[in-house]
Amino acid sequence: MSSAPALRGPGGAWLPGPWRGDGEPRFRRVAALGGVYSNHIALRRALEDARDRKVDAVICLGDLGAFGPHPDRTAALIRENEIPVVRGNYDDSIARELEDCQCGYTDPKDNHYARISYEYTLANTSREYRRWMGSFPSTLRFRVGETRVLAFHGSPRRMNEFLWETTTPTHFLDGMAREHDAELLLGTHTGIHWSRSLTGGGSYVNAGALGRPANDGLTEVWYVILEAAGAGVAHEFVPVAYDHEALAMEMQEEGLPAKFVETILTGWWTTCLEVLPGKERSRGRW
Amino acid sequence: MTRIELAVLDAPEEPRHQAAPSVGLESLDELWFQVSGTVCNLRCSHCFISCSPENHSFWLMTREEVATALEASVELGVKEYYFTGGEPFMNREMEEILGDTLAIGPATVLTNATLMPERRAWALAELAERSPYTLELRVSLDGVTKEMNDALRGEGAFERCMDGVEKLVKVGFLPIITCMRSWPEERTEGYLDDFGDLLAGIGYDRPRVKILPPLLIGEEAKRTRGYEETERITHEMLHGFDLSQLLCTRARLVTARGVYACPILLDSPSARVGETLAEGAESDVLLGESACFTCYMSGAICSNTSASQGADR
Ligand code: SF4
Ligand code: SF4
Ligand SMILES: [Fe+2]
Repeated sequence: MSSAPALRGPGGAWLPGPWRGDGEPRFRRVAALGGVYSNHIALRRALEDARDRKVDAVICLGDLGAFGPHPDRTAALIRENEIPVVRGNYDDSIARELEDCQCGYTDPKDNHYARISYEYTLANTSREYRRWMGSFPSTLRFRVGETRVLAFHGSPRRMNEFLWETTTPTHFLDGMAREHDAELLLGTHTGIHWSRSLTGGGSYVNAGALGRPANDGLTEVWYVILEAAGAGVAHEFVPVAYDHEALAMEMQEEGLPAKFVETILTGWWTTCLEVLPGKERSRGRW
Repeated sequence: MTRIELAVLDAPEEPRHQAAPSVGLESLDELWFQVSGTVCNLRCSHCFISCSPENHSFWLMTREEVATALEASVELGVKEYYFTGGEPFMNREMEEILGDTLAIGPATVLTNATLMPERRAWALAELAERSPYTLELRVSLDGVTKEMNDALRGEGAFERCMDGVEKLVKVGFLPIITCMRSWPEERTEGYLDDFGDLLAGIGYDRPRVKILPPLLIGEEAKRTRGYEETERITHEMLHGFDLSQLLCTRARLVTARGVYACPILLDSPSARVGETLAEGAESDVLLGESACFTCYMSGAICSNTSASQGADR
């Protein structure tokens, strides 16, 4: 297990995060991050950044592992800072030692790369962290100001459901918000951040991914800040510039595929492209 | 959870149905339209619903008929819209229908791409550009050579299809090329490379290719073989099975003659589940057909990726 030191918040306190006490916690300003994919360097940067922005909570939307190096370093940072996590498909697979990451690739090439990163992550996640991941809840509820937020990984009904901007109708999200009695739906899993105001007055926010860039040719990765604004809530997507070359180096040292390293260095996705809708795919390079 | 019930039927002349399990709709994620009925400009020897220029058993849908279902679909929370036939572009109102659809959600057209004049490719590109949602073109191409494809799809089909794909690529689409597997499974990777080379030759350098398992019904059953009587879904087979793998637990097909369980069983009267979409969404589906066995074995062959499905938490 890595000995990455825990981040300390202002005044030496723990970075806020744990859900203490009963009932629905309520915050003014929350940082939500997901799809960390073992990018512990970006994670540390994002946590520092969130602390500087004086958030009163950080929540992780799942998928701690995959893709990047040394999964235990990411797990340590999240756990030692007591950041609540909703279970991602990767966390679920690793915790239960399933055969694959549940992304559902059918293309043999996508499958090939998905298998490499899954096997690496499974082999390098300590037993203690695996057990811990099994305890992640599938959803979390809290309030930002007055707004009732439902946090999940893919969708409230299925942790590995992809909600892409160009394949998710507004009426579908409206129905989901109604069914789950939430005013803000908060997820990740696709790796590209986006948001939409719903017809019924609610909203959907996809926090994007901290683990790999958003397939836009930039090396920055993303998280989101939700903030109470009047009776409602505002959100701001935050780009995180981090030492991506150091990450690339670690990935190389760990023998992870050159294709993965290329994504970190170029900002373009190179694998697992099969699940991208045409519109998102054509904005990318591959 | 999806209900699994023993179907009680008063049709004793079809004993195989008596043992069949049935399932209800879990959520109407995919709405399919038999938009050109059974009318097609081609007459492929493996067509699973035996479409041809003369097959009018299902007629073309009008723009109004589609619009009525689209309207109902909003309330039902539909996520994706699929258009099939026959050949959807045999329907003269197809572009308007796509415009109506793309105003509310993503659309996928299953086409043979042989009716793709340049004007149409541009019109489609414009529709896609205007919508916040994706427009996917799924093109059937059943081989990497003229010989391989045309043996199934008819003389000249290969060239016309490649020409259509080239036009779509030129205007900015990344069509999904689907190919029915007609080779042993272990050779699939090699064929995927061949497809890559073939498509790169017409300027499609990052092709999306999807290999589908053959369905042994319709013309394909005559061409090869039908399923064995034993190859049917039984109650025992559904224990612990992820029902979302079956399209009928998350989709319905709207036709000019009512609503069906799925796009595969158009020829089975028992698969007609209602007159209106609301009715069809309420009704359970009998898993009594041999094609159901293919769904069970292969899962998710109709949707764009299998990734939108998966085990329930
Ligand atoms: S397989 Fe497709 S293109 Fe061929 S006849 Fe049937 S509907 Fe037409
Ligand atoms: S063929 Fe498949 S989708 Fe259609 S009714 Fe049978 S199991 Fe359901
Ligand atoms: Fe995920």
